[in-house]
Amino acid sequence: MTERLVKVYSRFNRLWHWSQVASIAILLFTGARIMGLHSVLPFGLAVMVHTVVALALLVLWAFVVFWLMTTGAWRQFIPSLDGFVEVARYYAWGVFRGQEHPYHKRLGRRLNPLQAFAYFALKMVLLPAIWITGLAYLLHGLWSHLDSGDQWLWLVANLHILAGFAVAAFVVIHVYLLTIGHGFRAHVRPMLTGFDRVDLTPEQEAYLETEEPGRLHPELRAKG
Amino acid sequence: MSRAYFCALFSVAIFLATPTLAQEVGADPPAVPGKGSTADHTKFEILKQDFASGPEVTRACLKCHTEASDQVMHTLHWNWDYTHPATGQSLGKKNVINAFCGNTASNETRCTSCHTGYGWTDTRVSAPADPTRVDCLVCHADTALYSKLDNQAGNPPLSPVPEGAKTITGALATPVDLSKAAMSVGVPQRENCGQCHFNGGGGDNVKHGDLSSALIAATRDVDVHMASDGLNFTCETCHLSSEHKVAGSRYAVNAHDLGGTGLPGMRRDVASCESCHSDSPHGASLIGMKLNDHTDRVACQTCHIPEFARGGVATKTVWDWSTAGKLKDGKPYHEAAFTQSDGKALHTYLSTKGNFEWGENVVPHYAWFDGQVEYTLSDEVIDPEQVVEVNRLSGSPDDGTSRIWPFKRMVGRQAYDTENLTLVYNQVYGPETDTAFWTNFDWSKSIEAGMRYAGKPYSGSYGFVDTYMYWPITHMVAPGEDALKCDACHARDGRLTALAGVYMPGAKLTLGGKLGMALFALVALGVAVHGGLRLVTGRGGDHD
Repeated sequence: MTERLVKVYSRFNRLWHWSQVASIAILLFTGARIMGLHSVLPFGLAVMVHTVVALALLVLWAFVVFWLMTTGAWRQFIPSLDGFVEVARYYAWGVFRGQEHPYHKRLGRRLNPLQAFAYFALKMVLLPAIWITGLAYLLHGLWSHLDSGDQWLWLVANLHILAGFAVAAFVVIHVYLLTIGHGFRAHVRPMLTGFDRVDLTPEQEAYLETEEPGRLHPELRAKG
Repeated sequence: MSRAYFCALFSVAIFLATPTLAQEVGADPPAVPGKGSTADHTKFEILKQDFASGPEVTRACLKCHTEASDQVMHTLHWNWDYTHPATGQSLGKKNVINAFCGNTASNETRCTSCHTGYGWTDTRVSAPADPTRVDCLVCHADTALYSKLDNQAGNPPLSPVPEGAKTITGALATPVDLSKAAMSVGVPQRENCGQCHFNGGGGDNVKHGDLSSALIAATRDVDVHMASDGLNFTCETCHLSSEHKVAGSRYAVNAHDLGGTGLPGMRRDVASCESCHSDSPHGASLIGMKLNDHTDRVACQTCHIPEFARGGVATKTVWDWSTAGKLKDGKPYHEAAFTQSDGKALHTYLSTKGNFEWGENVVPHYAWFDGQVEYTLSDEVIDPEQVVEVNRLSGSPDDGTSRIWPFKRMVGRQAYDTENLTLVYNQVYGPETDTAFWTNFDWSKSIEAGMRYAGKPYSGSYGFVDTYMYWPITHMVAPGEDALKCDACHARDGRLTALAGVYMPGAKLTLGGKLGMALFALVALGVAVHGGLRLVTGRGGDHD
């Protein structure tokens, strides 16, 4: 195994990530305004911004789903129990002992088992919960005649808010975990440049060098 | 023919033709006569006579308008009697008790001064069934030429006018020339309707709150429809009439017009916002769509009439009859401690009427409303421990039809029978009887006389009870830019926070928000503890 700097985050992948960062930040901020946690901007403006940004994010997600499916990148997110316990034990215990992170990124598997599980849950439960309730909430006018007394709207809105806080909690954990291991900057850099340290088999390295040399960064070659 | 001769002849022809051509091009076309009507009433011989009374004028009107009186006599404007189709209650001014002067029975010649007829002196029975007793002029004549005295059962001031006599608008009465008045008739103007409807309850804007003399020469910010420099609507632009029956009712309100707009020539019987604007009036944009989503739960008036009693005319908001009757040196007195924005001092106490409070630019009271109003009539048992609702609004958030409506909530304190537990009729206006309150200041006589007159049981003991009376607010629609902003309701201290049964984002922290914040706090705490431990153990988790 050789650790090389390999381009694992394609341009689209990074665009997806950072526009999602911006969208979610705006959605959390305007969402908090709509539910009355602050009044930095007028309610009506907050609703409009929240709606437009949410719709734009949905369009992005439609492209993402297409991209994940056609490129096979979806496999990255299939959860696996292999190494799960070790990673969990590291965050609960080893990190305080200065141990090395037990997981090393591989070419087809850049997420550790805990990450894969977290992202799987995010994509399959939390994000659908938020956009399904969000669309139902937005389109209440189409079904309000079935909802005298607004009981269903109450449920939809409350689930939407709860899911919103869950996303906010995810963001907190996500950002916090960047500070562990190689440090915050080292963890953010790959999402900017696209290159991350990956353990390559000799076959993978040989393949990339001949077929996709652009994906191999000149740095870290010596270390191999 | 010589050429010179021909030229001369041609020149003459041109010369002769020129003035005619110039006249045709330069002059205004002849004016269309009639000012919107096919009849000029100043040309009718029958109106050029010395009328001695109102009914004589009506007799002349009926010569041409043969069915007019009969039509009027079929309307609420004449009958003051209305059987509610849903509740079966007998309503109308003839029957109800209100939070102002109470009741018409026994107070007739004053109350019926605003009747569309002449000489209805006893509202226990129907108005006189004589076609000439219909007052055509009060609705159709120029209000500068015609008026009604405030205490003569609808009769106009005729020469000689008694010293100090007043008209129904409170102005000093001057003798009316009935012939000139009759020749001035046309379609009703806002001044016509306003004589009674702006001055209900005894003065300008006292009763409704959204109907005042400010609408006569309205500015755009007071009423976007009636603005004299804008759309310049009259009352009848919305309150269309057919066979003298005018659209719009406060007893059975068309509170949720699901019909929306009609084709030309259709629906002459509605005076709702939706009848012109439809139920999705906001533009085809994202914000428009969101606003349109509100129209099934929120009446147009709720956002578009942010405050009533605008335009500088205050409305009476509190009327406490229990303090009436106090005298100074044996004489009635008054206080005028409220100053209207135009500087005019308004009565805050009258020996005849008790204490008042007033308000301008009043924020409405909001309630779910399906258009039904039930009255606490004189035979209904009340609970004097509670605030008695003189009229009850029907509606709930989950009946599928009610919407949130704005109301003027009149706060009253008025007399009731402490044994029979009913609201009472009182005689306030006599004028010169020994029972009327305004001349004798004696409640027991006034109530006894009112109840006996109305044929109602009275125990002989009275007290005063707190009351509310609700007046739907639907006039004084503000320009779009002055409509309520979202934050007026979507806020912790918003206007509708007291109103249950609707999910209003931002109005309060609901369960999802509380759980979400708890979850977020737990996660933040977890991260803080984890990070703290890393610092304490000195490892930081950073390694190379």
